[in-house]
Amino acid sequence: MFTRRQFIKTGIGGGLLLTAAALLHKPLDRIGKQALVAANPLDPSLRSVVRAIAPVILLGAFPATDPARAAALERITRGVALAVAALGASAQKEVAELFALLAFAPTRILVAGVSADWDQAGVADIETFLRRWQDSPMDLLKTGYQALHDLVLGAWYADSDSWPAIGYPGPPVLQ
Amino acid sequence: MMIRDPFQEGLARGWKVVDAARLDSDREDSADVVIVGSGAGGGIAAEILSRSGLRVIVVEEGPLRSSRDFRMREAEAYPALYQESAARKTADKGINILQGRCVGGSTTVNWTSSFRTPPATLDFWQRQFGLADYTAEALLPWFEMVERRLSISPWLVSPNANNEILRTGAARLGIATQAMRRNVNGCWNLGYCGTGCPSNAKQSMLVTTLPAALELGATVYYGLRAERLAMTGDTVTGLECVAMDAAGIRPRTQRVRLRARHFVLAGGAIGSPALLLRSGAPDPSAQLGRRTFLHPTLVSAALMEAAVDGYSGTPQSLYSDHFLDNLPIDGPLGYKLEAPPLHPVLFATTLQGFGEGHAALMKQFSHAHALLALLRDGFNVASRGGQVRLRDDGTPLLDYPLDDVIWDGARRALLSMAEIQFAAGARKVYAVHEQCSGWDSWAAAKEGIARLPLRPLALRLVSAHVMGGCAMGGDAARSVVDGRGRHHQLGNLTVADGSLFPTSIGANPQQSVYGIVARNISALAQSLSGRPAAALA
Repeated sequence: MFTRRQFIKTGIGGGLLLTAAALLHKPLDRIGKQALVAANPLDPSLRSVVRAIAPVILLGAFPATDPARAAALERITRGVALAVAALGASAQKEVAELFALLAFAPTRILVAGVSADWDQAGVADIETFLRRWQDSPMDLLKTGYQALHDLVLGAWYADSDSWPAIGYPGPPVLQ
Repeated sequence: MMIRDPFQEGLARGWKVVDAARLDSDREDSADVVIVGSGAGGGIAAEILSRSGLRVIVVEEGPLRSSRDFRMREAEAYPALYQESAARKTADKGINILQGRCVGGSTTVNWTSSFRTPPATLDFWQRQFGLADYTAEALLPWFEMVERRLSISPWLVSPNANNEILRTGAARLGIATQAMRRNVNGCWNLGYCGTGCPSNAKQSMLVTTLPAALELGATVYYGLRAERLAMTGDTVTGLECVAMDAAGIRPRTQRVRLRARHFVLAGGAIGSPALLLRSGAPDPSAQLGRRTFLHPTLVSAALMEAAVDGYSGTPQSLYSDHFLDNLPIDGPLGYKLEAPPLHPVLFATTLQGFGEGHAALMKQFSHAHALLALLRDGFNVASRGGQVRLRDDGTPLLDYPLDDVIWDGARRALLSMAEIQFAAGARKVYAVHEQCSGWDSWAAAKEGIARLPLRPLALRLVSAHVMGGCAMGGDAARSVVDGRGRHHQLGNLTVADGSLFPTSIGANPQQSVYGIVARNISALAQSLSGRPAAALA
């Protein structure tokens, strides 16, 4: 999905994304050297991005008020980190770069089009970002959207706490 | 009630099973035959060779899990039992591939659907690939042998509602459906085949051929990646393996070097060509890793009035070959219709969209139904499949370009599924496409599907059947191995898995692997031992 080489090769026309790619050089190199960073639920990139976008991807399923909401934020952050840690080494690196790109303010603004910091961004801004990537003419952004979609929804519905709301009784008890 | 775990009982009796993640130093080992992979091909090969008196080592990259571990939870099963945590993707990420990676391979996690290789497929192989003895008659005794060994028989229990919808809708349109045959013995009809069978009813390699081989003294290494074949001239002299970490994701430094008279590759249609590519094996035909087929699969979801509970009951009990049988095999792609099990993670991640719309659909999860259409790729001259390449770290990546021949089949398949679903009384039908928000009637679906832009990453495709890449054929200039799976250039190497197939199968492939490998490996056993091969138990 997001390797720097692909990112530059995508040939994006206009200087904006190339500027972003240049700005990203250092953080992405750092990530590349510690490929597992996104698999850690305490990783600041993963944490800031997941805490902002998960409630939007899960709108209608995610608790709206505390304390349920605070607990759900912890749950989904841990769940996404676990899901990332289970991916193949190459996919882990791509996802780490995706979270780094989204967490880094200049690329968040230029590539995701979200001007506020993630903890300040509104639901509408995040929805707009997700829809823009979902329908983007650039495959790279579409795959970025699909990774977020699959990680967040997969982690949420893997958790037995999410099952009562969808009427899934869980696996049968064998005895 | 205590469920027996025959694999754990065997370990307690002293089976030679080595967890490579716990090796603290390099080691060497040798046998008559080293088999790479413990799935459908590796399992059958291990039992036949062991029964024929040969010493066997089986190498499996994935972990060992057995019935006591199978708790029917997606969160545990996908990371442990599937390649890349069930998120393996083609190079452009257009197709998600479900493939097993554990002791027993995909047979540990498949949905048990069993088909003899369709005669039309065999006819095509005879005509196009110089495989004269691939007749239905010649293969019949081998299919019968594996049917006996793996309890493959028609499934006579009532289908669950999710499958029944296929029959009801199809019948109203004059489309025939048939009952599946399954490799189960005493099945409890739970519906969790995909997370590992908790009752050992599924006759996977984990509970059949591998235990038989281990009982006869075979050795299984798991958590061990086959990295490279060592070769001198046209002879394979050894297999270099590297131990994986406990999570099974990254290689450690400990190495295992295996020597044998003969090497059998059964790492699946991505793994086997990748091992040959990494090893720099001779490839004068330039066919190695090419013509990889997937049965690219479309998903059509629906909401029904009555509860469906698609997670419960045998995942696949009915199918329809109507759209295969009524089309020329080398014409526009035909498709097999089946139903998938519905489990929360699989369903939530496959379903497009996010936010309120997605949540509203998930709230109706128990009323959700889905159909699959598996495209028969590799017969039409324009359907050339994909190519296995290597990443910089040596791991494989399948490039499967999605092109017009696929999109044409995809659109017809989406139409067929929606029509059947509405005929069965669906309230709403959803093609699994980023821009589809569902249709309320067959008329609306017909118009909507005709207009859907079919592009990679918009239409979400899946595959659970990887085939080809070490194609067999009579002509060494056009194939990698001969009709017995023997490598055209390397004298002591046999391929024994789905990578043999020169096209897709046009049906769930597990029994094709079992039957064809049983025949080929019996010939190998005879040539190595000088005696007729022993039959499967």
